[in-house]
Amino acid sequence: MSDLFKVTIDGQTVEVAPGTSILNAARSIGGEIVPPAMCYYSKLKGSGGKCRTCLVEVSKGSEKDPRPMPKLVASCSTPIMDGMEVKNITSPRVLEARKGVVEFLLINHPLDCPVCDQAGECHLQDLSYEHGAARSRYEEERRTYDRIDIGDKIQLHMNRCILCYRCVFTADQITNDRKHGILFRGDKAEISTYIENVIENDFSGNVIDVCPVGALTDKTFRFKSRVWFVKPMNAHRSCTSCSGKVALWMSGDEVYRVTARKDTYGEVEEFICNTCRFDKKKASDWIIEGPRKIERTSVISLNKYEKGVKVEAPKKIGYGNTL
Amino acid sequence: MGKKLLLEHINVPGIRTYEVYRSKGGYSAVEKALKSMSPDDVMEEVKKSGLRGRGGAGFPTGMKWSFLDRKSDKPRYLVCNADESEPGTFKDRYLMEHIPHLLVEGLILSSYALGSKSTYIYIRGEYKWIVGILEEAIAEAKHAGFLGKNILGSGIDLEIYVNNGAGAYICGEETALIESLEGKRGNPRIKPPFPAVSGLYNCPTVVNNVETLAAVVPIIQMGGDEYAKIGVGKSTGTKLISACGHLNRPGVYEIELGLPVDEFLNSDEYCGGIRTGHELKAVIAGGSSVPILPGELFLKTVAGEGRLMTYESLSEGGFASGTMLGSGGFIAMDETTCIVHNTWTLARFYHHESCGQCSPCREGTGWMEKVLHRLEFGHGHMHDIDLLVDISKKIEGNTICPLGDAAAWPVASAIRHFREEFEYHVKYPNKVKDSRKAHLPNYKTVTV
Repeated sequence: MSDLFKVTIDGQTVEVAPGTSILNAARSIGGEIVPPAMCYYSKLKGSGGKCRTCLVEVSKGSEKDPRPMPKLVASCSTPIMDGMEVKNITSPRVLEARKGVVEFLLINHPLDCPVCDQAGECHLQDLSYEHGAARSRYEEERRTYDRIDIGDKIQLHMNRCILCYRCVFTADQITNDRKHGILFRGDKAEISTYIENVIENDFSGNVIDVCPVGALTDKTFRFKSRVWFVKPMNAHRSCTSCSGKVALWMSGDEVYRVTARKDTYGEVEEFICNTCRFDKKKASDWIIEGPRKIERTSVISLNKYEKGVKVEAPKKIGYGNTL
Repeated sequence: MGKKLLLEHINVPGIRTYEVYRSKGGYSAVEKALKSMSPDDVMEEVKKSGLRGRGGAGFPTGMKWSFLDRKSDKPRYLVCNADESEPGTFKDRYLMEHIPHLLVEGLILSSYALGSKSTYIYIRGEYKWIVGILEEAIAEAKHAGFLGKNILGSGIDLEIYVNNGAGAYICGEETALIESLEGKRGNPRIKPPFPAVSGLYNCPTVVNNVETLAAVVPIIQMGGDEYAKIGVGKSTGTKLISACGHLNRPGVYEIELGLPVDEFLNSDEYCGGIRTGHELKAVIAGGSSVPILPGELFLKTVAGEGRLMTYESLSEGGFASGTMLGSGGFIAMDETTCIVHNTWTLARFYHHESCGQCSPCREGTGWMEKVLHRLEFGHGHMHDIDLLVDISKKIEGNTICPLGDAAAWPVASAIRHFREEFEYHVKYPNKVKDSRKAHLPNYKTVTV
């Protein structure tokens, strides 16, 4: 078809509809060349462009205007042009910038993975494994916040937040009143419901699913189990407010938690309601379809930790500090 | 004596009022345009004039206007960016405070060219008192028939509204300004789409600086070709420079672009030289975000040619040995200035003003500030200097809006040109504690 645009990403050519973003074009090819995305969420309008992990180099603008783009561009928010050539993992500039972004995301992150419920399914964990450095150069104090309960089912732990704004868009677009937003600015910005307002909405639990890190966690699952000890099962029930199609995380006959079904890129297939998520915690509430394949290539599911990460012994450089 | 186009009548008593402004030929450009020119003619004159955006980026105004989506059936908007918050820049304030009718006249002309029926002035929160001055000028112009319905019988309607910001530097970025004007949090938008296609209320919008819009008045009065004769090469016309720092005569000066830097710094008509008895150490030529230059490199390029006050000449040598004309916030520093302290102060500003949307700027500006704080107060290490360079490289170009670049450039350039001073702070931590004075005597200073 002639009305499709041809785009080449890391040497692989694909034809996609005009208006598609570089990231989605890459996802239609799949595999290693897909840039990582921490803030973009295909189901949320307006998301993306913020985390800068998906930066790519455009080495040829289009067939008509072959000039390369001077700066790296966010692949999630840059539409493709016909004949565009994009470099992702083949560009040293991109890898260098991505390494920088990972370092920036981690400097104020508590790195408390051993006690974090998200560990094992955390995008930041995967991202820093793929692109980060083994040591941090950050010597200063990290910013800290108190934990906040948003209602009795959701806990907000701002220390871990990377300000991707996904939950803000979710609260804005899936639920019907806007109580959830950003307060303050710069590195003091925080997700808040303003004076700890409880989010009372039937779909508020979805903010947990969209959170790429452990900032928003399910209080009914908190510290019950590590995610890699529970098995995901496809299950459904007839629900009046949502599709009722969920993933049950079970051990034996016990249901530990209920989440929406997530695709390869960690995005939910369908948002689910709070009744399904928080209240139906018995296997008898559900019709179980069978085990669910985990599509995510998380560092834990691939057993990458066993190989061990080589860390050089820190050098002493005086004043009791290490480099 | 250079030609004065914007500040020609600035010293006339009462020029702030409509009567005096009119008696000095004010609003004649509006009469000329509305009676004898089509909107396209006005735009053509601006294109011919070679006028470049005076807000800092120096993008050709005529070209920016031509990007405006005219095919869309949505209303088109013109927004005047009066959110002048760059440290060292105060030219727009001077213009709006003393000769507000010039801006109003420029807005009428530009709105006519662009087809805007509602034009907004987004003014910085700290310029609260200027809101009244502008509103008075708008009311006077409306009373005289230059605003409102059917201006001068031409069938053109135009209203100008003044909107006061809340004092955020980031709202000077055009898309953040638009967000703020819409009543939202002032976060820059992800581009594309650009404002020329989808700006204010998702309608085609042009955002221009105060001085750029004011400069449209002399362009229409004298014609674009005539205006283009002033200046050198692609830097045409006159430019307001707000000079501050260790100068004998700090203030706002209108210069013809192409004026030798040396003359601007030393002539009694302008800055009147570095304060008596002192020597020039460093210059920030165009507002705090442009790279800082040592005096010698500022006066002469690496090739030994004297620099001119033009967009091209100041940026000669790239970032290795050049800088930018930027918004015209000229800050001169003498040998008493500690560059480390100065860089820390600037880093603190950008840390405070980052909107927190994208990760490199949100985290990087704070990190740089903390490392610079350590260095300034004698707790730094040698590797901190390279760390700063590396952080600035990782911020630069990787952010949503230019604030990231603006935060990275001053730090990178200060280390590039004044590295020994940073190293001194590491080597002699006891000598630099809690002091703003320069610790390396006569380091890189030039007598001018």
